[in-house]
Amino acid sequence: MGKTLFDKLWERHVIAGKEGEPQLLYVDLHLIHEVTSPQAFEGLREAGRSVRCPERTFATMDHNVPTKDIFHITDLIAKKQMEALRDNCAEFQVTLCDNGSDRQGIVHMVGPETGLTQPGKVIVCGDSHTATHGAFGALAFGIGTSEVEHVFATQTIWQSKPKNMGVHIHGKVAKGVYAKDIILALIANYGVDFGVGYAVEFFGETISQLSMEERMSICNMAIEGGAKMGMMAPDQKTYDYLYGREYAPENMGAAIENWRTLPTDEDAVYDQMIELNAEELVPYVTWGTNPEMGIPVTAAFPKSKDLNDERAYQYMGLAPGNKFSDIELGYVFIGSCTNGRLSDLEEAARMIKGKKVKAGITAMVVPGSRPVRKAAERAGLDKIFEAAGFEWREPGCSMCLGMNPDQVPEGVHCASTSNRNFEGRQGKGARTHLCSPAMAAAAAVTGTFVDIREGEWLNGSLKNS
Amino acid sequence: MEALKIHKGKTVPLLNNNIDTDQIIPKAFLKRIEKTGFGEFLFDEWRYLPDRSLNPEFILNQPEYSEATILIAGDNFGCGSSREHAAWALTDYRFKVVIAGSFGDIFYMNATKNGLLPIVLQPEECHALAGLPAAEQVTIDLPNQQVISSLGYYYFEIDPTWKEKLVNGLDDIDLTLALADKIREYESKIPQYLIK
Ligand code: SF4
Repeated sequence: MGKTLFDKLWERHVIAGKEGEPQLLYVDLHLIHEVTSPQAFEGLREAGRSVRCPERTFATMDHNVPTKDIFHITDLIAKKQMEALRDNCAEFQVTLCDNGSDRQGIVHMVGPETGLTQPGKVIVCGDSHTATHGAFGALAFGIGTSEVEHVFATQTIWQSKPKNMGVHIHGKVAKGVYAKDIILALIANYGVDFGVGYAVEFFGETISQLSMEERMSICNMAIEGGAKMGMMAPDQKTYDYLYGREYAPENMGAAIENWRTLPTDEDAVYDQMIELNAEELVPYVTWGTNPEMGIPVTAAFPKSKDLNDERAYQYMGLAPGNKFSDIELGYVFIGSCTNGRLSDLEEAARMIKGKKVKAGITAMVVPGSRPVRKAAERAGLDKIFEAAGFEWREPGCSMCLGMNPDQVPEGVHCASTSNRNFEGRQGKGARTHLCSPAMAAAAAVTGTFVDIREGEWLNGSLKNS
Repeated sequence: MEALKIHKGKTVPLLNNNIDTDQIIPKAFLKRIEKTGFGEFLFDEWRYLPDRSLNPEFILNQPEYSEATILIAGDNFGCGSSREHAAWALTDYRFKVVIAGSFGDIFYMNATKNGLLPIVLQPEECHALAGLPAAEQVTIDLPNQQVISSLGYYYFEIDPTWKEKLVNGLDDIDLTLALADKIREYESKIPQYLIK
């Protein structure tokens, strides 16, 4: 019987352990950031150990950095944590994309942009959105801090092999519908735990048509569906993306030949399959406090079916039967490792060009990395956003989790392109609605959610036409 | 890591589904660079009122549960962010065991690395345990993989490797470093063109 992409990636990296038991996997790339690494470095120091492969370890600062003035850090504890990373990287000889450097950005942006993220690699990071890198045909997953320490010391990790799940997506998405809607719809339909215990491979005609950036948005949110690993087979688009990047293999020809053997074999069988028709999809927005509480923008909020729903309604200040167009937004956030890439900013800019952010709304665009910020500025996007009344910020995680000064005030509704609408995620009492960048941008103008498949909005969105 | 074989303790139910790690330990407390002291902030937004006095409505604050060391939760406990701080907060607070219908995969691993035993039981079993009187002592027998209470014996599955590590309180890194030869051998076989 044939093998899946996931089986192949797994097998290539097994060092020890029997099938059916936890196995020791080699780690090709270990990405770290300031929040989940200090205790791991401390553990190394206490045990007198070193980082086994500093050249396979790469650090970024992203969660804590302020995005208004990156060098003016007023939160002293955050500052201490960032300094700890700087000191640790110096002590253990790990390359750091420091705050303010040319490559600075959210860890899941920096990996692909530098060419460190490649097909065939096992990539780990003390961050659950590591699945993002799976879009390149890598086996990428989030780990905890003890595991970070283990990878530091051994360049390996013990894992129980998850089962295979295939998500087959076919059909062309309609205009105004994006990769973000595909993943939001998938989670809304199958729940926040459909992927628990599985490595999920997304494939099909729809995926082949998507750009690398769009593919990353989907793999990024695999974890919101419970899957630690989300992935897609590498193809010509993947290779084209990698050409010329700083850390791409020198001998791309040989590398590509190797990578071509990765895609799932014709006769391979998944333990579980999901089918999704992308043609039927519409823009999705979440009404509640976990990513499965998403519905089409035009739908009315569902009946409360259990305690969790009741609690969510209460927290969000909403009621069953309400509609998205009833929501009065106070904040709009465009950014994060889900939707802080250049194409996301382009889509958002197209929607708002020549328009104005509604009075009373705080709207901000936070590019996911410095290269994105610079490319956007070269294309004049910053001017479009600023003319419309958006704040144009420095790169970082920003309001995706509000560990930095960017937070949504209590009780205020925020249209957000990030990935989690958990209680308190964007600030204490903040009310997050997840959606695509184009939807968020249009919402900034109208002050509430609109269906961007209609009227003037449709013309604004050039993509997918 | 502290070894965990037999644990006797009282239970506290918190049956919501999908309790994510943002709820277990809000990000405001992730900036510390130590592993200790997180217990104070466990379930912070539920546990405290705005003036930081204890919220009497929240179950952990009710006097009859003040000694509980076994948390009974719903499905998908510990989903969301990979923050190990969630496991540190639970152990620092005094929890030894979390019983749930299912767990987020990353949280599950983090728990086992910190001597916190994650037990998966059927939803009906979780609900039955949640109905036990607060004063009842429940026994968790890890070697025999059983939860023993006045309801009877509930068997649970756990991977033999994680079990052994928990039962013996073994340090993962030492075990792996014993395989250094194999790691070196693997490294020597990685094609050069993939290294750069
Ligand atoms: S942007 Fe958000 S989800 Fe992504 S790494 Fe930063 S905090 Fe995590």
